[in-house]
Amino acid sequence: MSQNPKTLFQKIWDNHVVAEEPGAPAVLYIDLHLVHEVTSPQAFSVLKERGLKVLRPDRTVATMDHSIPTKGGYEAADEMGRIQLRLLEANAIAHGVRIYGLNSVQRGIVHVIGPEQGFTQPGMTIVCGDSHTSTHGAFGSLGFGIGTSEVGHVLATQCLLQRKARTCEVRVDGALRPGVTAKDIILAVLAKIGVGGGTGHVFEYTGSAIRALDMEGRMTVCNMSIEGGARAGMVAPDDKTFNYVAGREFAPKGAAWDQAVARWRQLPTDQGASYDKTVTLDAHSLEPMVTFGTNPGQGVAITQPLPLPSSLADAAERAGLEKSLAYMKFEAGKPILGQPVDVVFLGSCTNSRLVDLRAAAHLLRGRKVASSVKMMVVPGSQSVKQAAEAEGLDKIFKEAGADWREAGCSMCIAMNGDQLSPGQLAVSTSNRNFEGRQGKGGRTVLASPLTAVATAVAGCIADPRVLLNGGQS
Amino acid sequence: MSAPKFTTLTARCVVLANNDVDTDQIIPARFLKVTDKLGLGEKLFCDWRYHDDGSPNPAFILNQAEAKGAQILVAGNNFGCGSSREHAPWALVGWGFQAVISPMFADIFKGNSLKNGLIPVVIQPAAHAALLAARAKNHDLPVTVDLRASTVAWPGQDPISFPIDPFSRACLLDGVDELGYLQKFAGQAQAYEARHA
Repeated sequence: MSQNPKTLFQKIWDNHVVAEEPGAPAVLYIDLHLVHEVTSPQAFSVLKERGLKVLRPDRTVATMDHSIPTKGGYEAADEMGRIQLRLLEANAIAHGVRIYGLNSVQRGIVHVIGPEQGFTQPGMTIVCGDSHTSTHGAFGSLGFGIGTSEVGHVLATQCLLQRKARTCEVRVDGALRPGVTAKDIILAVLAKIGVGGGTGHVFEYTGSAIRALDMEGRMTVCNMSIEGGARAGMVAPDDKTFNYVAGREFAPKGAAWDQAVARWRQLPTDQGASYDKTVTLDAHSLEPMVTFGTNPGQGVAITQPLPLPSSLADAAERAGLEKSLAYMKFEAGKPILGQPVDVVFLGSCTNSRLVDLRAAAHLLRGRKVASSVKMMVVPGSQSVKQAAEAEGLDKIFKEAGADWREAGCSMCIAMNGDQLSPGQLAVSTSNRNFEGRQGKGGRTVLASPLTAVATAVAGCIADPRVLLNGGQS
Repeated sequence: MSAPKFTTLTARCVVLANNDVDTDQIIPARFLKVTDKLGLGEKLFCDWRYHDDGSPNPAFILNQAEAKGAQILVAGNNFGCGSSREHAPWALVGWGFQAVISPMFADIFKGNSLKNGLIPVVIQPAAHAALLAARAKNHDLPVTVDLRASTVAWPGQDPISFPIDPFSRACLLDGVDELGYLQKFAGQAQAYEARHA
């Protein structure tokens, strides 16, 4: 056992403190800064006002994802969207920042392309003006979302003022049963701890179920750490991590690679290191999960009835549940299975990688999307799109009747033309079911790609295990 | 651009006591296409505040007479959860709020608020309940947020201390610019880069 055992988080933190004055937050060095069109314009304006340049353009990467239409081209965006997209391009060029622009074949959702291009590496500090930066923690890095003021701080100084968070181990042991996925793990974690349960903490996901996940699954889990209030979620790097990173465009090469891997092997939490708290979950007992309310912590196993407000002792919690059910037009105590849906959305930084599309296409092959359902499939990046097309996945989606789009955040954020109409119910593989998140008055049920496909085929909320067992829904 | 300053404020408050109010409710994503910070106050809580035809929803608190001139929002637990959009505090400040009182704030929202002179006042659930009760009896209840003392008080209630990051507090009291502070470490950051090259 090490003399001074440290957690993964503590090691990365200690390795990035540039300075710390008494009473002040630490000055933390940032290895990688990801930038997109929505949360950067006002930060670049601050640099302009003060006559500053981006300090480390080589550590800064820009892409277009949030407001970009998935129908392709600027023309599809509204005027404000076009202005915002062009401004990002102009800012990137003015500061010498690498940008995956409109016509880049590698453009995509910021949290998809970071790992895909090999920018995301173990041990790094990674920030972006986007709360789902927690995704990158799947690589054993410390990734967290920041506000626009902080985007300006990092652009100008490559540093951030930060207080050290507390740590929370989220231990998930046991083997997942068929039809149950990484998405179901994180939805079950959130149902257990609630949307505020991780506030003030960084999660480290441990246990045999997490180790068994592929990198895409770990990204799905870490992605939604923020839905529990934790700014970051991490998984200790292992050979799966190194194999994923190896050979990618911006990964270290040759001798530098060997040195990097040797360094990365030192990152996992030491035996005997302690966390401020621990949450445990049994993976084997999990079923496919769905949300029923208006925050991601309001989830149930798909076969379960919806909770009764009368079961809650706290008046505010009871009122919250009643308000959520009323918005969703769901009835307490009734099953969620069989609820007719209007839209199925497969995409977002949570579940839009090639592995997600493969799993969905495998289940959809030879089946049709119900005539009452509009299904949209939006790859996380143009690289994912090309790879999926090379495998013929696009044909499976299109033949089933789904819409196959260009990469972007699409209907997860509903600021790019893709959105629900008031009252519509969607099953989405995205990360937030807040009121109106997918369009004003729209209602969102969060679920895994498998549950999304089963629902699209059935025309109503459906258990994917029925299709996996060969049954027709 | 000058750094925000705050010392003390005595103002009327409005109550929006729902738990887990997320930043998509504070400012829906479709208003994030702005490239400046202007006009966001008009869109604050847009989907609760306005009907589909754009007319004000009279049932929503900000459309009621008692909200006029209020500068403090009394919110429910876990206020500001969800996205990192700084547009949320920009919209709250744009409307005229200078402080939000809640038993708990989401981390990113809290940090963003402090950078915009919007004070996140964290009080215990019992004190929060007492404030709601006092406010229910008196819609004009003046609430005082004293940043120097880090206390919140109202008539009939002795000042209650609230926790606030001492650095953020000092920055707000003295109008210190955080980016300017960070820039002072340029030499140390360079040395760090050299050590880790």
